[in-house]
Amino acid sequence: MSETVKFTIDGKECQGTKGQLLVDAAADNGVYIPVLCHMRDLIPAGSCRICTVKINGRNMAACTTPVEEGMAIENNSDELTDIRKAIVEMLFVEGNHFCPACEKSGNCDLQALGYKYQMMVPRFPYAFERRDMDATSPKIFLERNRCIFCKRCVRVIKDNEGRSIFAFKGRGTTLQINIDKTLAATMSDELAQKAMDICPVGCILKKEVGFIDPIGQRKYDKKVIGSDIENNHQ
Amino acid sequence: MKDRIINIVETYGKDPGRLMDILLKVQAEFGCVSHEAITIIAAALHMSEVDVMQTRSFYHFFTCRPVGKYAVYLNNSVVSMLMGMGDVQDEFEKLSGVKVGEKTADGLISLHHTACIGMNDQEPAALINGVVFTELNRDKVRALVADMKAGKAAQDMVTTYGDGNNANPLMKTMVKNNIRKAGAVVLAEYCMGKGIAKALSMDARGVINEVKESNLRGRGGAGFPTGMKWDFCSREAGDHYVLCNADEGEPGTFKDRVLLTERAGMLFEGMTIGGYAIGAKEGVLYLRNEYTYMKAYLESVLSDMRSKNFLGNNILGKGFNFDIRIQMGAGAYVCGEESALIESSEGKRGEPRNRPPFPVQKGYKNKPTIVNNVETFCSSVRIIENGGAWYGALGTSESAGTKLLSISGDCKLPGVYEIEWGMSIKEMLEMVGAENVQAVQVAGPSGICLPPSQFDRKIALEDLPTGGSMIVIGKNRDLLKDVVLNFMEFFADESCGSCVTCRSFNMILRNSIEKIVSGHGIRKDVEDMAAWSEILRKTTRCGLGQTSSNPISTTIKNFREVYDARVKNVDYQSDFDMQASVMASCEVVGRSSKVHE
Ligand SMILES: Cc1cc2nc3c(=O)[nH]c(=O)nc-3n(C[C@H](O)[C@H](O)[C@H](O)COP(=O)(O)O)c2cc1C
Ligand code: SF4
Ligand code: SF4
Ligand code: SF4
Repeated sequence: MSETVKFTIDGKECQGTKGQLLVDAAADNGVYIPVLCHMRDLIPAGSCRICTVKINGRNMAACTTPVEEGMAIENNSDELTDIRKAIVEMLFVEGNHFCPACEKSGNCDLQALGYKYQMMVPRFPYAFERRDMDATSPKIFLERNRCIFCKRCVRVIKDNEGRSIFAFKGRGTTLQINIDKTLAATMSDELAQKAMDICPVGCILKKEVGFIDPIGQRKYDKKVIGSDIENNHQ
Repeated sequence: MKDRIINIVETYGKDPGRLMDILLKVQAEFGCVSHEAITIIAAALHMSEVDVMQTRSFYHFFTCRPVGKYAVYLNNSVVSMLMGMGDVQDEFEKLSGVKVGEKTADGLISLHHTACIGMNDQEPAALINGVVFTELNRDKVRALVADMKAGKAAQDMVTTYGDGNNANPLMKTMVKNNIRKAGAVVLAEYCMGKGIAKALSMDARGVINEVKESNLRGRGGAGFPTGMKWDFCSREAGDHYVLCNADEGEPGTFKDRVLLTERAGMLFEGMTIGGYAIGAKEGVLYLRNEYTYMKAYLESVLSDMRSKNFLGNNILGKGFNFDIRIQMGAGAYVCGEESALIESSEGKRGEPRNRPPFPVQKGYKNKPTIVNNVETFCSSVRIIENGGAWYGALGTSESAGTKLLSISGDCKLPGVYEIEWGMSIKEMLEMVGAENVQAVQVAGPSGICLPPSQFDRKIALEDLPTGGSMIVIGKNRDLLKDVVLNFMEFFADESCGSCVTCRSFNMILRNSIEKIVSGHGIRKDVEDMAAWSEILRKTTRCGLGQTSSNPISTTIKNFREVYDARVKNVDYQSDFDMQASVMASCEVVGRSSKVHE
């Protein structure tokens, strides 16, 4: 059934299966398109917009766009790099990120992208928004200051009857990640660990353990985010 | 309380897809959807509480604490403010003793702000317990507050009724139609049933071809060819649905209000014709919450049509079954976006979906769905009656037919006009009696702010496209403060928040324009706003974010001098004010921070 399609990214000839999402197809061809909300095999959220590429002259999110035969995709241009850097900066000014004190530091996708795009000072004014943390559930902390609203937890973490443990509350600038107190109390250690692992930033933290990975052995201590994708296919 | 709520949940078949209706009912009966209520609803629907909460917290007519016995929602959109909402609000605040956002201690009155309620031709307007009050002034507010203190029901405070069906016993509203110009299509003479009868005498393909031939394009703003949409949808397998978009949320439009009032039968006929064309059995009219006053009347039109066999089973003996239900919204502009409208109709947060799939492939209940605007469906009826060629001959080469304009603001004759596409802005301004015009906001906040030098341009999809909102802004107005800032506040409030960019940029841009309005802006701020608007436009999921920087970007382009007059011509200025920052502590310690004084 699966039909092979050919497309190009920044001139490089690539192949994928028809209907495959562009981010995944690109990764399979050794091309890194940055993501924060996307995870393979999950329904795409299309919310962080950092995977914005240009397809046949139009800006599109690579995580929600299926590849098609003959697509000409632009991924590494000054314009797109500036957009992506702006999005990273925006997430830093929107939340409250004090990396040196954060347990996710070194393992954090947002921080890693900040390094990748060499963010020095955000061009936008800080929002300094007050966001309350939630430590009411037995297994996890919700450190809302760091949430980037990627909806990974919302999409993945369910109780054993399929009910949501995480959901959004409010809208626009009052948006908040919300945790179901009753259902969170039923979370197993494994589920709590999984929630922490899929959170791309340091918003969901498992209680009772902390700072397990020593500096030097953290995910992005020695390599730039995305380099594994780029190196796998040389 | 518990029994009653469970009872409500049961009325809707314990269906999580009807969560909107459940919440609306609870809000209406208890004055809020409290945490306790959420727990009960969640248990009854076997959902998690956060999932009930995510819908509850998305819509601004749902509240977690009880509103007043009289919940007063004041429209704070641009035209309402221009027409004197400031005084009206002041009078309400004085008489009630509370500010907007608060409730009186005895629980009698709560004051709230709300975005455009579709009454721009009769502002300042407000909703009190869902009842519309228009053309308010201080005297009228005094009378209203006296009535509240006397315990009168909101509906009984309405003493005069508007024209036409506004006076219908099921409507009894003071809203006026203000139809200023009827054209050849939707506001022309209408007789119910002709369109349905003709459509059912054709085959479905024939209906689609007729609509295609007419070159009708969507009237909700985006202008997508209607025949093509119906065609795509009809080719998909499985159950199909027809959704009508009556969310009419773009500030400055109110033409759907008039169609719903005076052409409800035509609209339902159009939905039925659409259903026949694509092979649907069910239609949903998504009606904005602000138009709740029409609901009973619209239901009566539906039952009348059922009794005449224009709806229901075996319509006109042709073996076609179709019926329509009304879905009320709960206050969210973004629900006018077609996929958000679908989500909302399914009882969820009104977050726009990612595309693909498109609604014609996977829409309502994940089935192929057409979503069309009220005016689009109404137009389709006339196309079937009179033929696609007749319709196509009206208007311009690329914009066939007529268009309803909702014209408001600084003009003598605000109201609804059915014009042929191709009219120039200059002609339009003469028609409405507007003089000394500084700008025309074409197509609402998400459209463009047009300067007089471009008033020769034509209202047409190929030149100045519009869903119908036309706001005239007089020379005496402060364009940045009265218009641009208000629009940006609107977008910052109405962004669903899914996209990083839309959520943050609208707030940042709002703050920047406020900085300029308050006299602290510099040239660099203007340049930044232009650049940031561009990033926002390129990086969002739906049309809201793609257009929400237009109030800024189109005024920077067309009214740069207004900005230049207001900002310091420098590249850098510290935003940090030492004296202001230490003022509070100086007061406490009783010392001045000025060391060298
Ligand atoms: C933020 C946003 C709000 C919208 N609001 C409305 C609306 O209130 N009414 C409407 O008919 N279309 C609205 N639209 C357009 C709809 O998404 C859709 O294009 C339209 O309902 C399709 O119907 P049409 O082809 O008949 O115009 C809105 C779009 C966006 C992005
Ligand atoms: S979540 Fe990431 S960016 Fe935020 S403070 Fe932690 S390490 Fe830094
Ligand atoms: S808590 Fe983490 S996983 Fe959940 S939305 Fe926020 S950033 Fe994403
Ligand atoms: S552009 Fe704005 S309104 Fe549209 S989906 Fe994104 S955040 Fe929501």
